[in-house]
Amino acid sequence: MICVKALTVRVGSFALRDVSFEVPARGYAILMGRTGCGKTTLLESICGLKSIASGIITLDGVDVTALKPAERGIGYVPQDGALFDTMTVADHLGFALRVRRWSRSDTTRRVAELAELLDITHLLHRRPHGLSGGERQRVALGRALSFRPRVLCLDEPLSALDDATRRQMYDILQRAQQHEHVTTLHVTHNQEDADRLADTLLRLENGVVMDIPCRC
Amino acid sequence: MTQVSPVESATVEAPTVPHRVGSDRPFYICFGVIGGFYVLLIVLMLAADAWRVVYDPNIATWTSPHAVFAALAAPEIQYAIWLSMISCTLTTIFSLWVATPIGYLMSRHEFRGKVIVDAILDIPIVLPPLVLGLSLLILFQFAPFRWISDYVVYEVPSVILAQFMVACAFAVRTMRTTFDQISPRQEQVALTLGCSQSQAFFAVVLPQARRGAMTAATLAWARSLGEFGPILIFAGSTRMRTEVLPTTVFLEIQAGNLTGALAVSLLMVVAAVIVLVLARLFGLRKAVVR
Repeated sequence: MICVKALTVRVGSFALRDVSFEVPARGYAILMGRTGCGKTTLLESICGLKSIASGIITLDGVDVTALKPAERGIGYVPQDGALFDTMTVADHLGFALRVRRWSRSDTTRRVAELAELLDITHLLHRRPHGLSGGERQRVALGRALSFRPRVLCLDEPLSALDDATRRQMYDILQRAQQHEHVTTLHVTHNQEDADRLADTLLRLENGVVMDIPCRC
Repeated sequence: MTQVSPVESATVEAPTVPHRVGSDRPFYICFGVIGGFYVLLIVLMLAADAWRVVYDPNIATWTSPHAVFAALAAPEIQYAIWLSMISCTLTTIFSLWVATPIGYLMSRHEFRGKVIVDAILDIPIVLPPLVLGLSLLILFQFAPFRWISDYVVYEVPSVILAQFMVACAFAVRTMRTTFDQISPRQEQVALTLGCSQSQAFFAVVLPQARRGAMTAATLAWARSLGEFGPILIFAGSTRMRTEVLPTTVFLEIQAGNLTGALAVSLLMVVAAVIVLVLARLFGLRKAVVR
């Protein structure tokens, strides 16, 4: 469960004030809003990448407000995937596990499991250069899910994809979420993303997050 | 509400004459001539050096290759070659060690007084070389530098320190630009994946900075090889002790041995060209691998 209470974030002259919302445990929340309304800032604040002025962020009842990004247990997929240019796809999937000192055999098993789940087994020895947009996002998703985070934060992960790839990604995102039982917060400005994926729909408008009844 | 008169709101018709664009050839000819002039000047300068080594116009005779090799084989010049190679390599290593953290901090972080630090980092680049050497000499008259002055000033370490002061400034500039070009987003993802700041730097950022580091190393090495002013003041020009290749050129010209000076000059040109070509090849190969 993601619980944000009275969050205030300031970035230069822009500010999000007193933002509060909840995403139920194992839920898939879509956060919508116009470009520049602060969706990414909000997501980065939850991930610990942006310092906040005030407020409380709890994940599954644990207050993570003062924790470093590394300690929050959040899988993060930015808009462009931000893959590591010098690593292979297998290195990406095993990266967080090596940081956490998982055994070699457990890492290998987990990498194979994720590769199968996301249908990227044939890409394991490739580097990011030359991967298609959909492949890059699947690798970024696998990397974010690898260490079994309790929360997954997706920042417009489908915005640069064509319609066919986008629909393929809907299936993959749903499959991954059900398989990993992860609470997901997905930022987008695409209504179809919300229709296909959301069980909780949130809208950020004028610094306020509103719960919207889901159409799905 | 602003009233729009019918005249102002009328649609402006496009001219009936078709829009034509002139040839691009004059543009490229102008730029090519200006750029080509400079490239030609560099090539002619080096060619003149090479020609002067093999042919002496004053006495209208060809210089035998033996004389050129004999000049290079002199023990003083052999020592200068050895000292130049060692000192430039050490300077390059030290420069990269220092330039990497400075370049990273300056690229990624905002802090009070950053503008001043930025200006200070450029001082070795803009300071006249002789002034830099003199400043180092003066610095070693004060404690704690004075305590080790006997082992540094006019000794081999002074050569390395003089080279380092200038080469490092260039390496810092290059590394900062390198880190500027690497998206901080990847580092942020690494942090969410469980990395500390240092783990994210060494596992994600530094491997991507390899090509920039290679460029910085090349620049530092080449710059060190040509360093003369600060070395002359701070390390002196003692043969078989603090003599590096630029010092040799200076001493050979003073002694009237133009052939020796030119032979050493050409040696430096060849070394610099080899390093530049190697760095370019390395960079291109890496680009293809990516």
